[in-house]
Order: sequence, then C-alpha cells, then structure tokens
Amino acid sequence: MMEESHILTALVEDRPGVMQRVSGLFRKRNFNIDSISVGHSEKKGVSRMTLTVTGDDKVLEQVIKQLNKLVEVIKVSKIDKSDCVARELALVKVVTKSENIRAEIVQYANIFRGRIVDVRKDSLIVEITGDSAKIDAFEKLMESYGIKELARTGITAMTRSSK
Amino acid sequence: MKMKGAEAIVKALEKEGVEVMFGIPGGASIPIYDVLYDSSIRHILTRHEQAAAHAADGYARVSGKVGVCSATSGPGATNLTTGLVNAYMDSYPVVAITGQVATIFIGKDAFQEADTIGITMSATKHNFQLRSVEEIPTVVKNAFTIASTGRPGPVLIDVPKDIQEKEGDIKFPKKAEIIGYKPTLKGHPRQIKKAAELLLNAERPIILAGGGVILSGATDELRRLSDLLGIPVATTLMGKGSFPEDHPLALGMVGMHGRKAANYAINDADVLLAIGCRFSDRTTGLVSCFAPEAYIIHVDIDPAEIGKNVNVHLPIVGDAKQVLKDLLKFLREKIRKGHETEWMRKVMEYKKEFQPKMDYKDVPLKPQKVVKEIMDTIGEDDIVVTEVGQCQMWAAHYLARTKPKTFISSGGLGTMGFGFPASMGAKIAKPDVNVIDIAGDGSFLMNCQELATVVENDIPVVVAVLDNHYLGMVRQWQELFYNRRYSAVDLGNTPDFVKLAEAFGAKGIRVENPEEIGPAVKDAFESGRPTVLDIIVNPEENIFPMVPPGRCLKDIIEG
Ligand SMILES: Cc1ncc(C[n+]2csc(CCOP(=O)(O)OP(=O)(O)O)c2C)c(N)n1
Ligand SMILES: [Mg+2]
Repeated sequence: MMEESHILTALVEDRPGVMQRVSGLFRKRNFNIDSISVGHSEKKGVSRMTLTVTGDDKVLEQVIKQLNKLVEVIKVSKIDKSDCVARELALVKVVTKSENIRAEIVQYANIFRGRIVDVRKDSLIVEITGDSAKIDAFEKLMESYGIKELARTGITAMTRSSK
Repeated sequence: MKMKGAEAIVKALEKEGVEVMFGIPGGASIPIYDVLYDSSIRHILTRHEQAAAHAADGYARVSGKVGVCSATSGPGATNLTTGLVNAYMDSYPVVAITGQVATIFIGKDAFQEADTIGITMSATKHNFQLRSVEEIPTVVKNAFTIASTGRPGPVLIDVPKDIQEKEGDIKFPKKAEIIGYKPTLKGHPRQIKKAAELLLNAERPIILAGGGVILSGATDELRRLSDLLGIPVATTLMGKGSFPEDHPLALGMVGMHGRKAANYAINDADVLLAIGCRFSDRTTGLVSCFAPEAYIIHVDIDPAEIGKNVNVHLPIVGDAKQVLKDLLKFLREKIRKGHETEWMRKVMEYKKEFQPKMDYKDVPLKPQKVVKEIMDTIGEDDIVVTEVGQCQMWAAHYLARTKPKTFISSGGLGTMGFGFPASMGAKIAKPDVNVIDIAGDGSFLMNCQELATVVENDIPVVVAVLDNHYLGMVRQWQELFYNRRYSAVDLGNTPDFVKLAEAFGAKGIRVENPEEIGPAVKDAFESGRPTVLDIIVNPEENIFPMVPPGRCLKDIIEG
C-alpha cells in the first residue's frame, strides 16, 4: 500500500484539552501528523480541525476510526483532494537593505498574489495564501534572499460540493 | 435544589445505584468524604489507591456494574493510574473520582497538585475536570454512561476542592447527552446474512470468543450457535468462561500459552468467526501466519478494532449479543442438521491427543497439580482470579471454567498485583461464592498490604500463592531465550507468607504435599476468613506449551 498525504477534517467540541486529546492520540498510536489547524466552525461550541496525515489506506482508516472514538470528536471526514479547497497561510520575513532585492521580492509577491504586510528599513514581511505547493514554491524562492522567519499555519480545507 | 458540590457528587453516585466504592481520602477530597460519612454507599478503605482501582475493576468484572474508586489529588491520583489503564486495556467500566487542588491553585504547582487530567488522558476512555458545581449531575451521568456503554472503560472525574465546597443549584438529568458519542449496537443485516452463509458453507469453521462475549452477556447465544452448526470454540484469555470448557467442542484458550488443540484448529480453519476480541499479539502469535487458511469474520462493538491488528474479510460492527441473536435468526431459517463432520472429529482428536497432563505426585509440588486440585475443589460458580506470570498462565491453560465471570485476569496490561485487590472487589460483588486468587509470590507482594483491608472489612478471599521464589515468567524467558542468565529474578529471601498473613490477622496455611492442597483450599473456604495459602512449588518449573515470541500459533512447543 502507498504512503500518501491525506486531509481530514474533524468537528470537535470546543472544550479545554481537546487539542491535547487529538495530538495525544496521534502520539499514542504512532500516527504521522504533518499539520493540524483549528478554529471556530459555523456552529457555536463546535471547533473545526484540519489535519494532514501521512500513511497508507490502512493507517488512514485507523486514524479516522480512532479519532471517532474520542468522546469530544463529533464527526471526522476525509477530504477528497480533487474536489476541495485547501489553503494555507504563510508569513515570510526577509531581512535586506538592498532596494533592488526589495523590488524583486515585491514583484514575486505580486506574481504569487501575496501581500507586503510590513515594511521596515531593513526588512519586510510577505503574507501569502494558497495550497501547500504554491507556498512551498514561494518559500523556495525566498530562501535565496535569506528567510529570517517563517510561519505557516498548516492546511485548512473544505470540500466544494454542497453536502 | 441548593446543595454543595460534594453533596451533589455523592447524590449523583447514589442515583447511579452505586453501592460500594473503594478509595483513600486526602486533603483534596475531604469534603466528599465528609458527605460519604452519612451516605448509604459503602466505602472500603483500601491501603493503596492502586488496589482501590483494581478492586473497583474486579467488582465491575463480576457484578456487571460500574466499579467506583476514589483518591485524593497528586499521589492519590497517580497511584490510581495503573488500575485505570488495566481496566481500559480489558474494557471494564470503572468511574474514578479524584480530588484536585482548588481552581485558583491549578497550574501553580500547589501542594499535592498533579496534572491528573493530562496524566490520565490516555489511561481512560474519557476524563472530566469539573469547572462548576452546576455541571456535576450532568458530568456524573455522562461519566457512567460512557464507562458502561459501547466498549466499556474507565472514566475519571477530577474535582477541584473549591467546587466540592461551593454551593450551587443542582438539577439531576434523567439521561446522558453526549453529542459525539453513539455506540453502534446492531450489526448490519447484510453483513450478518453473509456471515451466516459463510458459516453454513464452511468445511472447517471455528469460533474465537473474546471478553466481549462476556461483557455483552452473549454466552447463551454463543453456545446455541456452536451447538446449531457444530462449530468448535476457542477463547482468548479474556474470553475464558464465555463457553463451557467441558463442552465436547470447547478447545480452551488459544495463543502463546494456549492449548495445542486450539492453536492447531485455528491454523486449520477455513472460516474463523471472531467475536468480541481484539486479536492481541498474545492471542495471534505472528500475525502473518495467524489462521492462514481462514476467511475471517470479525464481530466487535468497537469499529476501530476491525482491521487494527489482523486483516478481516467480513467486518460486523455491533454488540456481540445482538449480532449473535440476529445471526441465529438467519441460520434457523436455513438449518442444516448438525451431524458430526469430519472437522468435528478432527478437532476432537486434537483434543484427545493433546490433553494437558496435570496429575503429578512430585514434591516440591508441580504447579499443574496445584491448579488441578484447586479446580477439583471449587464449584462452577466460584470465582478464580489470577495474578500475572506463570501462575496466571498455569491457571488459564489448565483450569477449566464453565461459566462467564468466573475467571478474572489482567489480560491486556498484565498487571502484577491486580489479582488480590480484584478478588476483594469480586467477593464484594458476589459474597455467596468462594473467591480464590491464584498468585505468584512476586505478584502478591505488590499489593499484599490489602490483607489489612480484607481483615478489617471481613472479606474472606483466599490467596493461593504459588511460591517459587522467582519472578518465574521472566526467569523462564531468561532460561529459554537468554542462556539462563538469571538477571534480577531471584526473589531470594521472600517473607514467610503464613506469618505475613497472621501478622495482618488473616489465616495462613503452608502446603507442601499433593494431598494437602485440596483440604487446605476447603479449610480456607470453610473458615470464612481471609486466607493465604503458601504453596511451595518447584522453582524451576516452566509453563508449557508455548509459542515462542514472534512465531506462528502452529509452532507451539513443549518443554
Ligand atoms: C507491575 C508489573 N511489573 C513487572 C511485570 C513483568 N513481569 C511479568 S511476569 C513477572 C513475574 C511474576 O512473578 P510471580 O508473581 O512470582 O509469578 P510467577 O511467574 O513466578 O508464577 C514479571 C516481573 C509485570 N507483568 N507487572
Ligand atoms: Mg513467583
């Protein structure tokens, strides 16, 4: 069976400790978690988590089943990667005093539909959203200028269909 | 109704029908104990919190009800933890109430503060920390519901001291409401029908019954199914007692120290119906050669068990009793009269060929003989509890049981020190039957302080110590797989167990000869007093047969 990266979403009760239960479960069962992001959902008292997990189908099945066993987990869904919107946000800080380099970065940010969200005499911060591949590409590009700080949120995702 | 948090907790426990709880009080739980002083709930003061958790677990295993234990914050709560994991691994319902430092002190490393919720998160099915007095009734209701339904397990409620003391407006709910929790009880009819057809067409069918059969009370249905189709039944350690072991088609326990007949039959089977078991490595041996020819049907209430350890061809998620009932319905419509098949004859031949030998006259005693004498002395309703090690496997392998809930053992966690406190819980659940703990000297020493509890509370359990002066099971592995380098297994100067018993005010009897065993057991039962039998056995005896670790069930060896 093939190891692959999968996206799962979990609706969970908004209670203290839920994050620890979920992350503890991954550690206890030796599952590989690549990213986890969490925030409010459309329902009061319910948070929505997006998890990316690497493993074969058998592992994925276990992850879903074990997550479902947690009392505070309400629903777990596997996101069909070919029919979803998956986004990540990254903040990239580059330190440079060179006007030329700044101009280049601004140009690249535009091409990637990023935004310059902070500018100082010697540094600037770019905000960029998109799927992970796009952010990977931008990150690579910026590496040549020297990334001082990088913060990525991890993926958050939603299926396109009305269901 | 206005009342204090501590009152609300005790009231809620009473409303759940709690008759007995086991525990030790402390600074952070005094308010609860103050209310217990006037409560109808019987509180058994154990001498260690681990024992309180095991006693609650033993009580749950025998009574079918939720066992309750309690401890103070910090060391009290951490001491409970082993017992909680033990109940979790074997899927028995326990509710633990722990005191906690007052809310304003949480996170300040206050005196006797421990992160009980963090520590027990993976030791329980679920845990709660109370944040208000008003939520107490709901949390207690939900805790009992989670503990006792679906796949049962332990639940812990952590109660900060200020919540115990504060007054609040209390309303008791009738039903639990937990949005994300809904166990599946009824198996899918199409899957069950498929299973019926497979079993009807099987040439060499076999049933593997686990603890889930006992938990769901499905022993009658299991028996009917076996009788209807003439299917031999093997059990896991936890499933011992789910099928009468004196039945012609009973194969006994399967696995690392299982019966040869059971291991071989599983190896030969073409359809394996596994019910309420989780395919532990001690049951399956090397997974890749487990039941190599069989089409595997797995019935379990926990969907996550299906496909976890063994690849399953036909999964049925549901409660064992309900699924078996539905299965029997399908089968009765299509009944094929159960004549004796070639397979049945083969299985019975296996049984005859590999009958366990138990009758020895040796001195020092052979543990097999001790187990035989105990088996011949006790009644079928009496309860056998075990510790962990060779003692446990001698009991599980040799000592036939015919009824559910009469064989109690720490299966998943293999906790030395479980047996004695669990016996205490068992005896309280069923005071009218005899309870005997088949113990190792090492295991008994891990919770022997509970002699004080059983004497004080007049709980006449019998501990039969198979005294081999060794951590025998570890010594056996060192003998077989580590060139007899006996590292840290010699118990050396073990105490005089007779005197130890007497020092606590219990009865002690030393047993050295074959003809003394039966009478000593009888004497202990008849005395009505807690008794320790110090049974001197051959220190070098090994438990065989055995599937060496990492090998197939069929590679089971004799010594
Ligand atoms: C709490 C705990 N610690 C360690 C072990 C590892 N262990 C398994 S069997 C065993 C020896 C048990 O000795 P004893 O109770 O005398 O039984 P015997 O094997 O001699 O019959 C040990 C140390 C365990 N199962 N549980
Ligand atoms: Mg021993």
